[in-house]
Amino acid sequence: MTALAWLIPVALFLGGLGLAAFLWALNTNQFEDLDGAAWRALQDDETGPPNHRS
Amino acid sequence: MAQVLTELTAGPPAVARDQERIESETTTLVVENMHCGGCMRKVEQALSREPGVISARANLSARRVTVISEKGRRTADDLIEALAKAGYKAAPLLDDAGDAGRADKDFLRRVGVAGFAAANIMLLSVSVWSGQAGDMEQSVQTLFHWLSALIALPAVAYAGQPFFRSAVEALKARNLNMDVPISLAILLATGMSLFQTMRGSEHVYFDASVSLLFFLLIGRYLDQRMRTRAAGAAANLLGLRSMMATVVHADGSTERLPARLLSPGMRILVATGERIGVDGRIVDGAGAIDESLITGEAEPVTAEPGRQVFAGTLNMGQPLVIEATATNEGTLLAEIGRLMTAAEQGRGRYVRLADRAARLYAPAVHLLGLTTFIGWMLLGHEWEPALTAAIAVLIITCPCALALAVPAVQVAATSRLFGQGVLVKAPDGLERLAEIDTIVFDKTGTLTMGEPRLVDPQSCRDEILSRAAALAAASRHPYARAVVKEARARGLDPVAATNVREVAGAGLARETERGEERLGSALWCGVSGETGDLATLWFKPAEGDPVALRFEDHLRPDAAKVIGSLRKAGYRVELLSGDRQAAVEVAAREAGIEHWHARQNPAQKIARLEALKAEGRKVLMVGDGLNDAPALAAAHASISPSTAADVSQTAADLVFQGERLGAVAEALAVAKAAHRMALQNFGLSLGYNAIFVPLAVIGYATPLIAAIAMSSSSIAVTANAVRLRSKRLKV
Repeated sequence: MTALAWLIPVALFLGGLGLAAFLWALNTNQFEDLDGAAWRALQDDETGPPNHRS
Repeated sequence: MAQVLTELTAGPPAVARDQERIESETTTLVVENMHCGGCMRKVEQALSREPGVISARANLSARRVTVISEKGRRTADDLIEALAKAGYKAAPLLDDAGDAGRADKDFLRRVGVAGFAAANIMLLSVSVWSGQAGDMEQSVQTLFHWLSALIALPAVAYAGQPFFRSAVEALKARNLNMDVPISLAILLATGMSLFQTMRGSEHVYFDASVSLLFFLLIGRYLDQRMRTRAAGAAANLLGLRSMMATVVHADGSTERLPARLLSPGMRILVATGERIGVDGRIVDGAGAIDESLITGEAEPVTAEPGRQVFAGTLNMGQPLVIEATATNEGTLLAEIGRLMTAAEQGRGRYVRLADRAARLYAPAVHLLGLTTFIGWMLLGHEWEPALTAAIAVLIITCPCALALAVPAVQVAATSRLFGQGVLVKAPDGLERLAEIDTIVFDKTGTLTMGEPRLVDPQSCRDEILSRAAALAAASRHPYARAVVKEARARGLDPVAATNVREVAGAGLARETERGEERLGSALWCGVSGETGDLATLWFKPAEGDPVALRFEDHLRPDAAKVIGSLRKAGYRVELLSGDRQAAVEVAAREAGIEHWHARQNPAQKIARLEALKAEGRKVLMVGDGLNDAPALAAAHASISPSTAADVSQTAADLVFQGERLGAVAEALAVAKAAHRMALQNFGLSLGYNAIFVPLAVIGYATPLIAAIAMSSSSIAVTANAVRLRSKRLKV
């Protein structure tokens, strides 16, 4: 029973982290251009992250 | 190691900090031919190199690029020029579908929340179910139920809003759509489960209602995303032909204005290769005008002072000054647009397949729930178990699979067509396409490439061709361009001659050491007795006899084959064109079309479509010119090539890119297959209902059963739809 008292909050917390990460990615427009992101991963001449002002 | 740490914690470089103090502005451009990672990089580099540009970020999926530049240093035109030098055609974004993008994100947020809730509640539910089989204590079960309630309630309140809102709208209009039983089921299930939790009983349906919400949201999101993507692509297409005009003021100065600010009486300067933005009279300048947009005829007409010109036509010759007689809504262009809108409204409301199913389904489901409740009460049970059974019925019959059935198939069909260069503008366009039995083609630009090509190129010697091309490079006449293209194709690499003079309506000439060279009409080159039925250009070299270069507008490479397979599949194929009788007859013969009409204006095309409709036929119109636009709107379904006028692209249900006419046959085949698969999916979902609904009515639909029914039907329906992507199809 004590195990449950630990595990359930931990499970919910970790799940919550996952949800928070998803929502953050959504809000920073990371889901907008999936095709472009796929290509960028293969490019090797980028010197730094672009200014994200959107 | 210490050095690395110092670098990591140093913060943003000094340059970036400076930039934040400078005021910046953001411009979004549409880039037409950006289609891979390499293009994306070139676009970003070309723009970043421009002075004043802080950053440029390309969006490959949307074919757009967002440029952040110092305020006032670079106009949109400068940026477009920079891209043109790099080989990319760009235009300012006209109509921002930003709202649709936000709706997408909104949906995705709700999907995320519903997914999180469904997963965690399922975690607890599975424990409870296995505990019920074993020896879980009552207190633990109650604890888990309360935890499920705590997760479910906010999740349902947030993620369920799209359905609740839609249901309320429908009820206000005294209608029943799919969302009414869905909302009812979710609310009743959650409410009932909360009540049961407070009483400490066994059957609690939180997992069912939240999973239901999750799957349904996915279906809605897919549907929404398809619309957004199509709307975005359509907005791009419009932007690429945005209308700006150069106004010449009384004092001789010029100003660039958007078309909507033009008014009659203004003088407009139209450069070579620019589209005329107004109806008007030529005041100064001469040359040739491509009126194919209005008449469908590819051959340019002579332009001289006093001639009437129309908005949307293309200036092929020297710059013209035009005095506007009609602008914007008053132009012929707008008139055709109005013809089109009228036709569209006359098409009538097409009821989508899913909505048709909803009309039958929703009342049936409600009736069943009610009957179950009443039945149980009549059999002497308490209201609680009766209500539980009724709710179980509502949940099981909930159209999880049904709501997913059609979007899943349409997404699969649309993405398959995307991959082949066909853009589906609206999902119900695909549905209508499946019902087609007659196809009407336009000729110029649709069946044909829309560009003249040299007939019998082998007869022309390389030497002659390269000299003709040197002359031709100075002109924008379509035949001249065709000569240059043929020369390039042979690897002759024509260099434009410098001392070329062009005489409007006659041809080009230049002086060489050996004498005068001429390229142009028969008269211009001193040839007599020419009948000139087929388009011909004559080249008179400095010494020697004039050589004839004949042109024709070739059919698309696979046109005859496609028409053949369409006819074999049982479609009736017709050709309606605005071009001359002789040209249409030749084209029809080559393509293998029996029924054809020439010299059709927009009203006549619509009349022919109406006649076919009166016979009970469902007509597909394939066309590109402005004179096709009203017909495109009046037909049951329509397809347009991507080189079409923007008005036609707006009117068409599907737009196809590239040279192959086979895209039309593909679209038809995919639409039919999608229709079959949508019906299969309906069958699957109804099948599941047939198995599980009786269980629910008798009261054996425990939460476990409900969850299994939900998930497995959704998975089956989606898996079936995915088959559409790789199936081999024929018309």
